[in-house]
Amino acid sequence: MNCEECGKRPATLHLTKIVNGEKTEYHICEHCAQEKGDVISGFDNFSIHNILSGLLNFDPMAKNSVGGSSNSQTATQKTLRCETCGLTYAQFSKSGRFGCSDCYRYFGDRLDPLFRRIHGNTNHIGKVPERTGGQLKIRKELEQLKTALQQYIKTEEFEKAAEIRDRIRALEKKMDQA
Amino acid sequence: MSVQQFMQNPWSNWMKGEGPDADIVISTRIRIARNLRHQPFPLLATDSQAEEVVHQVANASRSKAMSKAGPFELIMMDKLQPLEKRVLVEKHLISPNLAEESRKGGVLLSDDESISIMVNEEDHIRIQVLMPGFQLKEAWDIGSRIDDIFEKHVNYAFDETRGYLTSCPTNVGTGIRASVMLHLPALVMTQQISRILQAINQVGLVVRGIYGEGSEALGNLFQLSNQVTLGMSESDILSNLYSVAKQIVDQERVARRYLQENSSLALEDRICRSYGILLHARTVESKEAAQRLSDVRLGIDLGLIKNVTTFTINELLVMTQPGFLQRHAGQKLTPEQRDERRARLIRERLAAHSA
Repeated sequence: MNCEECGKRPATLHLTKIVNGEKTEYHICEHCAQEKGDVISGFDNFSIHNILSGLLNFDPMAKNSVGGSSNSQTATQKTLRCETCGLTYAQFSKSGRFGCSDCYRYFGDRLDPLFRRIHGNTNHIGKVPERTGGQLKIRKELEQLKTALQQYIKTEEFEKAAEIRDRIRALEKKMDQA
Repeated sequence: MSVQQFMQNPWSNWMKGEGPDADIVISTRIRIARNLRHQPFPLLATDSQAEEVVHQVANASRSKAMSKAGPFELIMMDKLQPLEKRVLVEKHLISPNLAEESRKGGVLLSDDESISIMVNEEDHIRIQVLMPGFQLKEAWDIGSRIDDIFEKHVNYAFDETRGYLTSCPTNVGTGIRASVMLHLPALVMTQQISRILQAINQVGLVVRGIYGEGSEALGNLFQLSNQVTLGMSESDILSNLYSVAKQIVDQERVARRYLQENSSLALEDRICRSYGILLHARTVESKEAAQRLSDVRLGIDLGLIKNVTTFTINELLVMTQPGFLQRHAGQKLTPEQRDERRARLIRERLAAHSA
């Protein structure tokens, strides 16, 4: 079969795309595939989430030691569901994407091994939104200031340490008032 | 700016060829992923829920604080022709994903195209800042400021332990993806690139082609970005990327000097040959165009080619993409017709400058 785009080179890529239940088949050569970006990028999304889904499905087996047979684990995985959006853990495993922000809460600790595998970490230590982050932002700032204070004391830079101490006091006062 | 101008004008702020280390770092990009609390992610959202997200984001974008960064034009994807979306992708203003798969997706564009805010892509909000040269901190500062402004008007999905909650587990935490586009012809020519790429994967960074995931490194262009978004602060992510990119930039400079000192005739021949082909060819495939343009860019950086600017090369890089060529022609073109038009466009642009 020849390529549908150029009609000259033999088709080496055969793809089926299903959008809203409508099936489209592509038979194209590699040269045209490169030019035809949508086919290529369709591929990408597919592969990235495939890989993720591979990680997720592997997960219950890795957690065998937590207790119970792998059968019962699969059973909990099947019934585990986000009560806000209705996405099941099994669906999440398949698509590699959450349905809403509450999924993080309902899937809870099960996500830790996945995050560790992707990021090597499970806890956020970066920016905190001003308004919705509220107290947390101050708490994080306090933690950072306290670490800095220890550093200055260690290096005997007492003037800087005193400055930091005052800022810590001011923040703690702000916390108490809130 | 009108929608039509965004389509027709190939010019974008990042193409200027200015900024620190612009001979090797073509552009810097920061992307910040954010979602609204109490709204299903785009994956599950109904049309009306997705519309509500657009409504909220558009409202926030009209705030007084935002107008300082703007003005912003909201372009909805369902109002565009496939070719028009393609042009926005080729200009790096939207992702292929938004162009193809999103329902009720849209983008807010600033006039100079340095800021684009995608709505209802994989996440509700994706703030993107694109700048010329090596400007990670500057780009982050702008992006973070816009993030702060949005946060005053909408409720973000944020969790104390997980950070900013995103559709895909690969973005959770800071939600930021920072990247630099590097032009590394000398490292490719001296065959050191694979060694470097291997080392990069071991420090939490990834390398991709210029049009994102899975795309090939055409024309010796490599996009270096952070992989980890959870458990590292934004400044750690940026400084990690900065120091690795800086090292690569230095190595590229060393390799360029090495080539100049040890095989200057071969190097000069290669560059001038490519320039000659681009000035006279009647048909050029996209892959060859990217390679030849890379040679000419190197020639400009080394002072061998004086009458062409980096700006022209950057412009050609975008204008010779299939979507842009067809938009320019006003019709769908076969690959052969595109190769012919590509060659003509390059000839005309280069001739205009070498006269």
